[in-house]
Amino acid sequence: MGATLEIRNLHVSIDETPILRGVDLTINQGETHALMGPNGSGKSTLAYAMLGHPAYSVDEGEVLFDGVDVLELEPDERSRLGLFLAFQYPVSVPGVTVANFLRSAINSRRKQENAEDPGISIPEFRRLMKERMDFLDIDHSFAGRYLNAGFSGGEKKRNEILQLAVLQPRFAILDETDSGLDIDALRIVADGVNKLKGPELGVLVITHYKRMLDYLNPEYVHLMMDGRIVESGGAALAEEIEDYGYQPFFEKHGLEVTEE
Amino acid sequence: MTTTRTRRRSREFVAPPFAWEEIQSRAEANNEPGWLIDMRQQAWELYEEMPMPTLNDEAWRRTDYSHINWETAGDLMIADNPGIDTIPAENRAPLIGNEHGGLIAWVDNALVHHQLADHIAQQGVIFTDLHSAVHEYPELVQKHLFQKGVKAEEGKFAALHVAAWTHGVFVYVPRNVSVDLPLHSIFYNANTGASLGHVLVVLEERAEVTVAQEYLSDTGDEHTSFIGGTELIVGKNANLRYVALQNWGYNMYEFSYERGHVGRDGKLDWVVGSMGSRLTKKFMQISLDEPGSWGRMSGMFFADENQLLDHDTYQEHNAPHTTSDLLFKNALTDSSRSVWRGMIRVQPGAQQADGFQANNNMILSDYARADSIPGLEIEADDVRCTHAATIGKMEEEYIFYLQTRGVPRREAERLFVNGYFQDVLDRIPFEDVQKRLLADVDRKLLGA
Repeated sequence: MGATLEIRNLHVSIDETPILRGVDLTINQGETHALMGPNGSGKSTLAYAMLGHPAYSVDEGEVLFDGVDVLELEPDERSRLGLFLAFQYPVSVPGVTVANFLRSAINSRRKQENAEDPGISIPEFRRLMKERMDFLDIDHSFAGRYLNAGFSGGEKKRNEILQLAVLQPRFAILDETDSGLDIDALRIVADGVNKLKGPELGVLVITHYKRMLDYLNPEYVHLMMDGRIVESGGAALAEEIEDYGYQPFFEKHGLEVTEE
Repeated sequence: MTTTRTRRRSREFVAPPFAWEEIQSRAEANNEPGWLIDMRQQAWELYEEMPMPTLNDEAWRRTDYSHINWETAGDLMIADNPGIDTIPAENRAPLIGNEHGGLIAWVDNALVHHQLADHIAQQGVIFTDLHSAVHEYPELVQKHLFQKGVKAEEGKFAALHVAAWTHGVFVYVPRNVSVDLPLHSIFYNANTGASLGHVLVVLEERAEVTVAQEYLSDTGDEHTSFIGGTELIVGKNANLRYVALQNWGYNMYEFSYERGHVGRDGKLDWVVGSMGSRLTKKFMQISLDEPGSWGRMSGMFFADENQLLDHDTYQEHNAPHTTSDLLFKNALTDSSRSVWRGMIRVQPGAQQADGFQANNNMILSDYARADSIPGLEIEADDVRCTHAATIGKMEEEYIFYLQTRGVPRREAERLFVNGYFQDVLDRIPFEDVQKRLLADVDRKLLGA
C-alpha cells in the first residue's frame, strides 16, 4: 500500500496577504495529478508551502504525508521524508558541483537513517550518477558543472529532473517545469519524467499548458482559482481549459477575473 | 565591543616601546655585518621621525588599532626561548605526497626545523634562514634585501620592520632551475610579544618554484604582534607560485608590507588565505616591471568574532604588455569587519596593459561590515583595466533550494560558503591546504 499525500483546508499567506484560501487535495503514490490555473491563483504558493519556504506562512490546515504532519518539519526533513519540488526558477550556486551537491543530499538521507553512516562511497556514487544520467540521456559532464551556474533554461530543468531521478522521492511537485522551454526541450524533460513515473512516485504537475499534460497523461486534473481548487476532473477538464481559457471558469465560480 | 559608531572619536595611537639599543645589541649578538646594522639604523631613524598612523591617514581610515596593548605586543621576543620546541605535526606534513621539498620553521623567532631535499640542494637552490644567509651569501642578500621590495620609507611599520626584523627565510633559485617540490616555511608563535618575520624569495632568469609560507600562533591571553615584510623577486621568464596562509591566534595584531616584482615575461601567482588575527593590516603590491610580465593575486578571507582583516592592494603596471589579475574574496560573520582598498596603477608608456581586480564580500551576520574600495590610476591611453566589487548576503532562496534536496540548513550554508570560496581554493596547488582552509571555514560557520 503506497503513501498518501493529503492537503486539508490549507490557508497560506505571504506578508499577511492570503494567497491560499482552503486547498483540499489528496494524491496517492503512483498517481499523476495536474494542477492548472491562471497566474496568481496560488499554484506556486502551494508548491513552496508544501516544502516549507520560510516566506510562506501557513495560517490554517494541514498537510499529511503518510500520516506525518509535514508542516511541523523543516524543508530538508520534508525532503528526506520523500517530498520533492522541481523549481520553476532553480537558483544557481557557483562553486558547488551538481555531483557534490547530490552526494551531500544522499548522505544527509543516509545519516538520517544511521547517524554513524560514513556516507556513500565515491565509486558507488559515481555508478549511481552515471546510471541515472544515462537513463535520462544526460551528458556525463553535467555532474562536474556548478549547480545551475551558466545553465540554459532547458539545462536547468533537466538538472531538476536529474535530481529527481537520483533522490527518488515518493512525491514530486513539478512547478511549471515546462515554462520557458521550446518544444524539443519540453519533450526531453517530459520524457524524463515519464521514465521516472511508476507505482513508487506520485506526481503533481503544475502547468499552464496542456502540451505538458499530453506527454504526461495525468489521471486527475485540478483547476485552482483564487487560492482554492474549484474543479477537479480528468483529461476532459484540461481540454476544456485549453479550448475556452479560464474566462468561463471565473464566471462559473463567481470570481473576478484576475488575469488573462 | 567596539562599534563603528564610536570610530570617529579621537583615539590615541601610541607607539610601541621598541628601543634602538635593544635592536642594535641583538644585531651585534648575531654578528650582523656593518652594512646590515647601518641599514637597520637608518630605518630606525626614519621610524622615529614618522608619526604613528591614525584614522586621519587615508590608508588607515578604517583601521582602528588603538586598542592594541603594546606593553605585551611590543615586547620583542627572545629567540632563545621558544614556547614549544616543535611545530604541530599536521602543519609539518609535506604539502604534496609524502616527500618534503624543503621545510623550515621558527617558533617565537627561534629556528626549530630546517631541511632541504638533497636533489634540490644539488641544483644550487638556497633555502635557509636569513641570518645564516647574511653570512653565507652576503652579496646575494645585500643585492636584494630591502632594495626594490619593501622599503623603510613606505610607512611607520615598514620602517620598523626594516629596522628590527627578527627572523626570516631566504629562498634563492638559480638561473634555469626548476624545483619539483614545494618549499615550505612556517613562522609559529607560542609566546606573547612582538616578532618581525621576513620572507625574501629570489628567482633568477627562467627559475621556477612553489613556496608556501605559513603564519601560525596560539591564542594567548595577551596581545601579541607581527610586523612582517615579504619580498618576492621574480626574474625574466621565471615562474613563482607563492601561497601564504595566515592562521594567527585571535590576540595577534599584524602589520605587514608585501611586495612582488616581476621581470620580463615572468610570472607571479600569489595566493593568500587568512583566517586568524585580531587585526591584520597588510599592504600588498605586485609590480610588473618589464614587458610581458604577469601577476595574479588571489585572496581568501573569513573573519568572525571581532576580527578586522584589512588589505590594501596595488597592481602596478610599469611596462607595456603587462597583465595583472586580482580576486579577493571575503566572508564575514559575527561583528567582524573587512576592508579592501585596491588600486591598479598604469604608468605612462605601459601600453597594452591589462589589469583586473575583483573583490567579493559575503556577509553572514547583521553586525558584520565590509568596505570595498576599488581604484584605477591610468596614465597610458591604450590599456584595458576593469574592476568589480560586490557585497552580498547568503540569500534564503539558496538555502531553501539546497534544503529541499534533504540537506540540513547548516550543511546547506556550509555548501554555499564553500562554493563561494571555490574559485580561490582552486588556485591553491595543495589539496591538503584546501582541506585545512575549508575546515577553518567550517569552524567559523558553526561558531565552534
